[in-house]
Amino acid sequence: MSKKDYDWQLKGTRRILKEILFWTAGIWLFIYCWNIISARTIWPFVYDGAEQGSKLLMRMFPPNWPYFIDLLRPIWDTITIATLGTLAAVLFSLFVAFLAAENTSPHSLLRQLALLIIVTSRSVSSLIWAIILVIILGPGVLAGIIAISLRSVGFVSKLLYESIEEIDKKQVEAVKATGSSKFSTLIYSVVPQVFPSFVGTAVYRWDINIRESTVVGLVGAGGIGLQLNEAILGLKWPDAIIIFMMILSLVLFSELFSAKIRKVLI
Amino acid sequence: MLTESSGNYSWQRPHLIKNKNKRKIIYLLVLAYLIFTFISLRVDPQRILLGLSRSQKYFGDFLRPDFISRWDSIVDGILESLTMTYVATVFGIIISIPFAFGAAENISPKPIYYFSRAVIVISRSFQEVVIAIFFVVVIGFGPMAGVLTLTFSSIGFLAKLLAEEIEDIDWTQVEAVKATGASWPQLMTYSILPQILPRFIGLSVYRLDINFRASAVIGVVGAGGIGTTLNAAFDRYEFDSASAILIVMIAIVLLGELFSSFIRTKIK
Repeated sequence: MSKKDYDWQLKGTRRILKEILFWTAGIWLFIYCWNIISARTIWPFVYDGAEQGSKLLMRMFPPNWPYFIDLLRPIWDTITIATLGTLAAVLFSLFVAFLAAENTSPHSLLRQLALLIIVTSRSVSSLIWAIILVIILGPGVLAGIIAISLRSVGFVSKLLYESIEEIDKKQVEAVKATGSSKFSTLIYSVVPQVFPSFVGTAVYRWDINIRESTVVGLVGAGGIGLQLNEAILGLKWPDAIIIFMMILSLVLFSELFSAKIRKVLI
Repeated sequence: MLTESSGNYSWQRPHLIKNKNKRKIIYLLVLAYLIFTFISLRVDPQRILLGLSRSQKYFGDFLRPDFISRWDSIVDGILESLTMTYVATVFGIIISIPFAFGAAENISPKPIYYFSRAVIVISRSFQEVVIAIFFVVVIGFGPMAGVLTLTFSSIGFLAKLLAEEIEDIDWTQVEAVKATGASWPQLMTYSILPQILPRFIGLSVYRLDINFRASAVIGVVGAGGIGTTLNAAFDRYEFDSASAILIVMIAIVLLGELFSSFIRTKIK
């Protein structure tokens, strides 16, 4: 027998053909998209980008260290926006998730409504919510808090209702068999099962929200984004680098903090 | 226990924090923090009342989405967002692979590990909008700034999650392939890649979805896409057009979600 007969192949011929087709389509689409973007780009600016970028970095030094003191209040506001925004979202998403989960939803119409709330909230980012809310409520921390919570409701509810749908039905039946009411069945059989993942989701969302709340200030909704906008529009790069450093350390801190809490609770 | 009369013994659900004193201190601290933040809010009720009375008109406009008068710029913005999303995700995937391997503790040498982790931390720490501001300043307005922004933030996301996946692989398979005398590239393709590929495809599709959503925001600071159109609508107080744009965006995100769940069930 020739050696060729023993050659091992990872994939069948049909599969290889399919993959070639897939890759061709993907690459064609990429070239097509790239051409559109390229046509809308002023290339000399891009070629110049590296030089501009390095110049910009140079202008950031020496950093304006005393500016740090002025940032304490905006940083506090940023944390407040993230915390209260998450808290409001978590409370609201308890209801939404309960309505959206197939096994706890009282009516299929309510379920559709809850799913619509989730999709709407997830599709529109907090900055856009912030633009709308600043027009209505005026600039300030409150607009930021509501913007963050409107964006978070969908995220928290989605993860929560998915974990409600995955619970162990036997425990629900066991509690039901004791003759408990609908409400106490929920409290004693569903809640304990989803609680750990719920807290994990909430803390994780808080961590994401710290990042998000650093930008809602750009449109006037409070927090450090306002100072960032001022520094960049005013070309105050030595201030901007201090802001970047503050954001970086805040995000790192929140990541460590949320990892620690999740470890303790779960 | 049975000898005790039932009146004396009632069952209570276990508390979250076992230690009684610790629990009290933690609850008090949380309460104090919340009270303090509420005091520091500085809400101006008069401004809110003014805004609410004005916002009735806005809400009315929001409920009557106007797709027609800005239809051309909506289509143009959406197309630009979609092209930006696709190009940036492709770039992000390609660049994130080496960083993912570099950031996996079990296969990467220490100096490369720390370098890759630093890149990931920087990429993940800054929100897309902050990165977009930087790129708009450096290379000017337009979709290219958006592509660079989305690429940069995709790298951190994909590399971090992929690196975690590589760290979790089944090492016995790697040893089995190693025992056949495979070279390093062969080791990667036949023992590590098959283990992480399903998750990698899932993550890439997920990131495509995130990038589309993000492409709508970075336009607000001038980085192209539907966000530019949306911001223009807000600036002109054309809430009916803004509402139409938001509806189109929600519809596309919904389609994207169906597409990504379809792909994910196929991989499984």
